Amino acid sequence: MSKTYETVIGLEVHVELATKTKIFCGCSTAFGGAPNTHTCPVCTGMPGSLPVLNKQVVEYAMAVGLATNCTITQYCKFDRKNYFYPDNPQNYQISQLYLPICRNGGVEIETSAGKKVVGIHEIHMEEDAGKLVHDEWEDVSIVDYNRSGVPLIEIVSEPDMRSAEEVIAYLEKLRLIIQYLGASDCKLNEGSMRADVNLSVRGVGETEFGTRTEMKNLNSFKAIARAIEGERARQIELLEEGKPVIQETRRWDDNKEYSYAMRSKEDAQDYRYFPEPDLVPISISDEWIARVKARQPEMRTEKMERYQREFGLPAYDAEILTGDKAFADLFEATVALCGRPKKVSNWIMVETIRMLKDNGMDPDEISFSPEHFAKLVELADEGAVTNTVAKEVFELVFREDIDPDAYVEEKGLKTVSDEGALRAAVEKVIAENPQSVEDYRNGKEKAIGFLVGQTMKAMKGKANPGLVNQLLRELL
Amino acid sequence: MEDLKTKQKNVISDETIEYVGILAKLELSDEEKERAKRDMGEMLDYIDKLNELDTDGVEPMSHVFPVNNVFREDVVTNGDGSEATLANAPERKDQGFKVPKTIG
Amino acid sequence: MDLMSLTAVELGSRIKAGEVTAEEAAQAALDAIEKKEKAVNSFVTVDREGALRRAAEVQKKINDGTLTGPLAGVPVAIKDNMCTEGLLTTCSSKILYNFVPTYTAEAVRRLEQAGAVILGKTNMDEFAMGSTTETSAFGETKNPWNTEHVPGGSSGGSCAAVAAEECSYALGSDTGGSIRQPSSFCGVTGLKPTYGTVSRYGLIAYGSSLDQIGPIAKDVTDCATILEVIASHDAKDSTSVLRDDYQFTGALVDDVAGMRIGVPRDYFGEGLDPEVREAVLHVAEELKKKGAAVEEFDLSLVEYAIPAYYVIACAEASSNLARFDGVKYGYRTGEYEELHGMYKKSRSEGFGAEAKRRIMLGSFVLSSGYYDAYYLKALRTKALIKRAFDKAFASYDVILGPAAPTTAPRLGESLADPIKMYLGDIYTIAVNLAGLPGISLPCGKDKNGLPIGVQLIGDCFQEKKIIRAAYAFERTRSYEHSPMAM
Repeated sequence: MSKTYETVIGLEVHVELATKTKIFCGCSTAFGGAPNTHTCPVCTGMPGSLPVLNKQVVEYAMAVGLATNCTITQYCKFDRKNYFYPDNPQNYQISQLYLPICRNGGVEIETSAGKKVVGIHEIHMEEDAGKLVHDEWEDVSIVDYNRSGVPLIEIVSEPDMRSAEEVIAYLEKLRLIIQYLGASDCKLNEGSMRADVNLSVRGVGETEFGTRTEMKNLNSFKAIARAIEGERARQIELLEEGKPVIQETRRWDDNKEYSYAMRSKEDAQDYRYFPEPDLVPISISDEWIARVKARQPEMRTEKMERYQREFGLPAYDAEILTGDKAFADLFEATVALCGRPKKVSNWIMVETIRMLKDNGMDPDEISFSPEHFAKLVELADEGAVTNTVAKEVFELVFREDIDPDAYVEEKGLKTVSDEGALRAAVEKVIAENPQSVEDYRNGKEKAIGFLVGQTMKAMKGKANPGLVNQLLRELL
Repeated sequence: MEDLKTKQKNVISDETIEYVGILAKLELSDEEKERAKRDMGEMLDYIDKLNELDTDGVEPMSHVFPVNNVFREDVVTNGDGSEATLANAPERKDQGFKVPKTIG
Repeated sequence: MDLMSLTAVELGSRIKAGEVTAEEAAQAALDAIEKKEKAVNSFVTVDREGALRRAAEVQKKINDGTLTGPLAGVPVAIKDNMCTEGLLTTCSSKILYNFVPTYTAEAVRRLEQAGAVILGKTNMDEFAMGSTTETSAFGETKNPWNTEHVPGGSSGGSCAAVAAEECSYALGSDTGGSIRQPSSFCGVTGLKPTYGTVSRYGLIAYGSSLDQIGPIAKDVTDCATILEVIASHDAKDSTSVLRDDYQFTGALVDDVAGMRIGVPRDYFGEGLDPEVREAVLHVAEELKKKGAAVEEFDLSLVEYAIPAYYVIACAEASSNLARFDGVKYGYRTGEYEELHGMYKKSRSEGFGAEAKRRIMLGSFVLSSGYYDAYYLKALRTKALIKRAFDKAFASYDVILGPAAPTTAPRLGESLADPIKMYLGDIYTIAVNLAGLPGISLPCGKDKNGLPIGVQLIGDCFQEKKIIRAAYAFERTRSYEHSPMAM
């Protein structure tokens, strides 16, 4: 019987900050420009160019540090990390090694195993690299420096996690905090949040850490979970065979569900860090920290309490709505337009979440406007359309952000409450369904439900259901 | 004894030169390597003179003046820089720099 | 009259007075270049058409009164490590043999704004690494006093061009003495300002924490005038310092009464040429005669500046020069396999021996396991050197000593023994480590007719004191034109 193993995991999470400009120059950070359009001498490493630090980067880094219970390093500096790679135009990255801006923090996570704190070793500021695109035609790579110099923070955790579940909970917690702060949109699929996983295994009860490997190229929670399982299994297999685990960087291939060593003779991994001579140190006063703290937006716990207090929402609703910043933002914007907080909450918790699930989308991919959403909630709540119609219209709002008022008007979907028209329809249904009529008259209450349904069907769902019910009883 | 004194103290191995070549991305000819080993050893002997100095408790000084907190505001000041960026490219393709195939 | 024999300020005032046009001045400079370049080789690039076009534009602005400064219309040469938009900028290296910047260095931009007419780019030691201008990939520059000797370096092209009167003044850069030492060898005046005084934006970095741009000219008046134009607080350079006073010409006063001048004994020890010693001590005598209080003292730590400098400068250089890799600009090797093969071949073929030597040393001292022993040790030594200067400046306004231990060596003598060459910077290097201002000006000649320079060092931000002392000494002798000037 082989022994049981414990997995020890630490994370290095890179988050692209939501600044308008790059960390060291006035180039835009906007996504999707044509190659090399968002570039200048500074972010392409032209000779003689010099970096000047974007103040907002420091403030976002401080905000994240404060929200994750870190100590702010009040005298911090940048260092150069030297390595050659074509996406790195200077062949050094400006980063922080010796005096990172935040240290010694932690966040609480909750999993099926209960609550625990994951420690944060440090958070440092650095610049992102450019993008390499493989050109199939010529079998070469093409470098685009649009992303070069986009500000990043790297959040380095302590090796405190023991399972993929804890890792996902930690990442979700970080994402929520950072999204609430507005410091980043944290989209894993677009690369604005990236995680490198440091993993080792050891026998349960052992106190020494095993040799760890670092896995890169993880761009979804699912990939992270699979990579953890895969790497855990690989390391255990090595140990069982009596082979050593080698400390190295590995690249996860999510299609093959296996990691590959990235070692080569040319990557010595000796970064020759030294203090960046082109930038001066940052001195952070108590007053500055206090200012950043004071500007800190409402975080999840406060929001959850406010939703219950201010909108009278049940605790359950408040928890779901604040569980994703996109839900909370949508909720607040919609309620501001149409009131009816509980109705808006219901529409988000039921129909919106259903549509997201059906389409395999994340909440931050919601693209409809609060204006159209509010109109729909109003139409449904006022009974101007039936529930059936409202759900159909919502799907269109969700997909195409249509204007519900205009659509309902154009398609004539308003609930029919005209007694004359309904009476004719009801009479026709009674005539066509003698069996059900008979059943009803014989005391089968359920039969009336069928007759209501038939009438609604005949009216294409637009009939006022209360009136149909009333007419049926009257005519029977 | 006299002989030893005149000899180089820092002896740079072939492996070291090879390794530094990887770090610096320089490929030296055999002749250059021999010269580099000698030059680097001599320079390090000379630099070792610093060990005569007692620097205990002295804070390393990277900037001579205590200037702190030089920042830019987060305002976009640059427009489309692609033509200037690519103007000196040794090889370009599709508005990008062409390099040997690289896994990104 | 020979326009090129005038100082920059003299020529500027004649242009302003309408006695000479900017075009005539530019033409005179271009004619001088045409005549002398073969013998001196001061320039990497001469921009004839650009200079004449620019001269015409400047003259128009002088005529309509929009350009009124002292340097309007005066032709200048720029060291080839400062970026000039549209004009080849090579750092005298094969690796930048075809690099045409799309932006202009801030110091050069400020000169242009003041109406300077740029003639071209001057030769230098490759990436400013050297003391002779022999490490240039485009041939060595020769000393205008004797073309069998080096002009010094690394701003040898700029200094030789001024001494040979191919330009009215020039810009150089100084990381360990690269303005002061060649100024001394070429019999001209060169000033290295306090670190942070002139923007480094657009200066192709060698040792970022040490590099400063400064003026090279025939006299102290020119240097003060040029510095007044190029000094600025630049938002593009984070290490740029906002100073209280930029009026350097205000210090051009022949009055050193009561000025305290310290002469460090450690600058007059072993290795100093007796003729240099005599000439430099003569300067102290002259200043004493004018009322300065001259005193000998022990500066200490002099011999540690060079090893500390080579660790710091080479470490920074190994990183600064990493960007030259054949991807974005400059030289890319013709045939290669794989990415790292391209890097290595391009860099090995593109850099010269001295640049490679320093990149290798810099990479080594930063590498895993050596950082503390070498790099941090050097930074601690730097702190001690700064303290030694602080102590000296508590007692003295100006420190006086030689700019170099000897006069210009013969061509080909220096490169064989790098350490011996590095020792030639013993009097200049500590000034860079401490970020101080220093000026070198002619104070005599040796028996072979080669110029000797005296160096005056000030406390940080005290350029005015060294300008004042230099100006006062300069009044005691007249400018000697080099044989090449004729």
